[in-house]
Amino acid sequence: MRLTLRVWRQRNADTPGAMSTYDVDGISADMSFLEMLDTLNEDLILRGEDPVAFDHDCREGICGACSLVINGDAHGPERTTTCQLHMRSFHDGDTIDVEPWRASAFPVVKDLVVDRSAFDRVIQAGGYITAPTGAAPEAHASPVPKADADSAFEHAECIGCGACVAACPNGSAMLFTSAKVNHLNVLPQGSPERETRVLDMVAQMDAEGFGGCTLTGECATACPKGIPLPSISAMNKEWLRARRKAARG
Amino acid sequence: MNSTGPTEYAAYTTGDPLADTKAPAGPVAERWDTRRFEAKLVNPANRRKHRIIVVGTGLAGGSAGATLAEQGYHVVQFCFQDSPRRAHSIAAQGGINAAKNYRNDGDSIHRLFYDTVKGGDFRARESNVHRLAQISVEIIDQCVAQGVPFAREYGGLLDTRSFGGVQVSRTFYARGQTGQQLLLGAYQALSRQIAAGNVEMHARTEMLDLVVVDGRARGIVARDLITGEISTHYADAVVLASGGYGNVFYLSTNAMNSNATAVWRAHRRGAYFANPCFTQIHPTCIPRTGDHQSKLTLMSESLRNDGRIWVPKAEGDTRPAAEIPEDERDYYLERIYPSFGNLVPRDIASRAAKNVCDEGRGVGPGGQGVYLDFADAIRRMGRRAVEERYGNLFDMYERITAENPYEVPMRIYPAVHYTMGGLWVDYDLQTTVPGLFAVGEANFSDHGANRLGASALMQGLADGYFVLPATINDYLARHPHAQPVTDEHPAVREVLAETEDRLNLLLAVDGDRTPDSFHRELGELMWEYCGMARTEAGLRTALARIPEIRREFWSRIKVPGTGEEFNQSLEKANRIVDYLELAELMCLDALHRAESCGGHFREESQTPDGEAARRDEEFSYAAAWEFGGTGGSPVLHKEDLAFEYVHPTQRSYA
Repeated sequence: MRLTLRVWRQRNADTPGAMSTYDVDGISADMSFLEMLDTLNEDLILRGEDPVAFDHDCREGICGACSLVINGDAHGPERTTTCQLHMRSFHDGDTIDVEPWRASAFPVVKDLVVDRSAFDRVIQAGGYITAPTGAAPEAHASPVPKADADSAFEHAECIGCGACVAACPNGSAMLFTSAKVNHLNVLPQGSPERETRVLDMVAQMDAEGFGGCTLTGECATACPKGIPLPSISAMNKEWLRARRKAARG
Repeated sequence: MNSTGPTEYAAYTTGDPLADTKAPAGPVAERWDTRRFEAKLVNPANRRKHRIIVVGTGLAGGSAGATLAEQGYHVVQFCFQDSPRRAHSIAAQGGINAAKNYRNDGDSIHRLFYDTVKGGDFRARESNVHRLAQISVEIIDQCVAQGVPFAREYGGLLDTRSFGGVQVSRTFYARGQTGQQLLLGAYQALSRQIAAGNVEMHARTEMLDLVVVDGRARGIVARDLITGEISTHYADAVVLASGGYGNVFYLSTNAMNSNATAVWRAHRRGAYFANPCFTQIHPTCIPRTGDHQSKLTLMSESLRNDGRIWVPKAEGDTRPAAEIPEDERDYYLERIYPSFGNLVPRDIASRAAKNVCDEGRGVGPGGQGVYLDFADAIRRMGRRAVEERYGNLFDMYERITAENPYEVPMRIYPAVHYTMGGLWVDYDLQTTVPGLFAVGEANFSDHGANRLGASALMQGLADGYFVLPATINDYLARHPHAQPVTDEHPAVREVLAETEDRLNLLLAVDGDRTPDSFHRELGELMWEYCGMARTEAGLRTALARIPEIRREFWSRIKVPGTGEEFNQSLEKANRIVDYLELAELMCLDALHRAESCGGHFREESQTPDGEAARRDEEFSYAAAWEFGGTGGSPVLHKEDLAFEYVHPTQRSYA
């Protein structure tokens, strides 16, 4: 198929960007969206132009590197990551808009590449269990009810891609933060740090400049891993509980 | 840049034999305790004064960085990804082995040791493998304590499943995302140390060379991938946790940016490279669809627990799977290997798939595929149970192929997946360059000629959480007062100048071919001649062709842009420079090893029924190659392997 791409080009963080238009031809339905962009880039290099920069790595939907807004949707029209989106979701002659994640906490590095290090700092604020190597008890010492283990897993599936932030009209990171809080707080191992974890992670999230949550739910719709929207209310509950406990001293 | 012809290169010389002097003597089960006791310790108050560089943040690097920082060392860590959480370990699907014997099915440390030595086709060190089996049980404890959400049963205890090459159920898993969950555990432990100021983390920064001063590894040269700035970093020891080199083949299951630059540059600076031809071709990957293919996707080996592999009995049978009656199907693994069936080791399953496709019985476009069929499993345990175990893998398959594997059998074909070879290390995980350590897939240590499923995660975490933190002390304690190194040191100036010259040259050629076009050409050559089956003639063809591709590369490569900016083409081209040299060593190693073992199948050396025929009298050694200088041919050092506990036999899975 033949397509028209309108792609956001921006030299670096300090230079303003703009949309540029490119035609691509000979695109097969079996190609992934990123393989389609590879085709464009091969042409651009041979024409002596700068290829389009975009983040990608595993190309199997798990590393969380790829991050494109396609026709206004984070990761495009299917509920998956950009690398797992295939061209069979488009039609011959389509015009496709390709933009980077848009959020003030994710500044553009170049073209479609953004800086998501704010997510790392939210995890550093408390998204872990303090378990120094060698100090662990025997794994079967504390059984975990299957329902709790499954719930922890469901939240731990987050790949940290940032689609939730990109999709949110407020640029909020509540779904990302709540996924980690709920993964760890539901487990017996995570319980001792339950209160400090949620308070510190939420404080860091605010300090990074992510917007507030108004429960529009766009985040959960865009999430390629299906982190559920109630994750946010569960975190709010954890946060209130922790605040009350802190207030009581 | 290398003017040697293929004949001179292949005329390698043999140097002094190599020995692992760090593994203690005595009963194999006591060696690790002995070594830990004999290794010198560093006083906790002195650890703060030592800087350790760790390159890579996968399972091995992430766990090493976190643990060394917990012990009080100052860790300086690097990854080329935008976050340490994205290292390629994240993509491991199936599981992690541990000899917990929770199933009471006859498992033990000794059995895991035995299975791994045998699975590796008797080309791994007994001391290392036994240590790995011992540590496996601690890894599970550690990960559970970190909150890794392993699959559990209704009673709240951990669930396990079976993997290839074994008859016990010792693989712990988190649906099809075990690597992701283990990596996030290590990443979170690392994050805690970053927040505490014990780890200085440099993301989007790629190691381009190693700094060796007075014969010891003292630092690295790195490039900031955003600004293009070249910088130097110094330390008392350097740990490479940079992963494997499967992307030499262009198409593999590795992430697109996984590369061999760190290990290859270390090799050029004096670290021996061991068994480079030992590459693992994984039997269950999604077949390629066309020339646009940028990578291949694995379907976890765990699927072979319940899926049955078959092809039509007749050549050229193009009927859809559903129209082929039961008695016209050949469940060839169950037929040839009745006791292990679909769970034979990876090398055997891959070769069997190649054989049936070569016979013209392959399925799907181009006949390059075999069926992995879940119809029986769905009948036996219901669709829901299958979904519970493999749901995310089935979804992934459907997204890529647009076929529903609950209704039609999956089509799979082997693909490059893992490299058992890597930097040669002793029992302490130290390379032949003092102060340079290699952990995880970057070293060659534990898997011999074939890695068993669910053992990579085990080895990465064993190295990083438990082995290296115990052994690196010994080196640091013996070298307590290293002189500071500065950029003015002649050795540093030389490395910096070489790095800058190389990047400038890549930008200056301004030819007419893209980096990808060269990578693809090299990959096709390697797959053809150094892939699933190798011959002397084929390897000589490849050895003749690689220097030609290299010459063409340096005259026709086109890299747009400059070095002082975010430039993904430059990153790629620079990695290909190293692939073009490493590929040659892989072919030479494959040529010199005139036997078949594990993943290395030389057509000249097979049993009458087509199985790999080892030649223990001549090849029971690890081949450690010393760099012979640019343009020179390498020097082979042999480390003899002794088997005191697991007697080498022709592997039998029949």
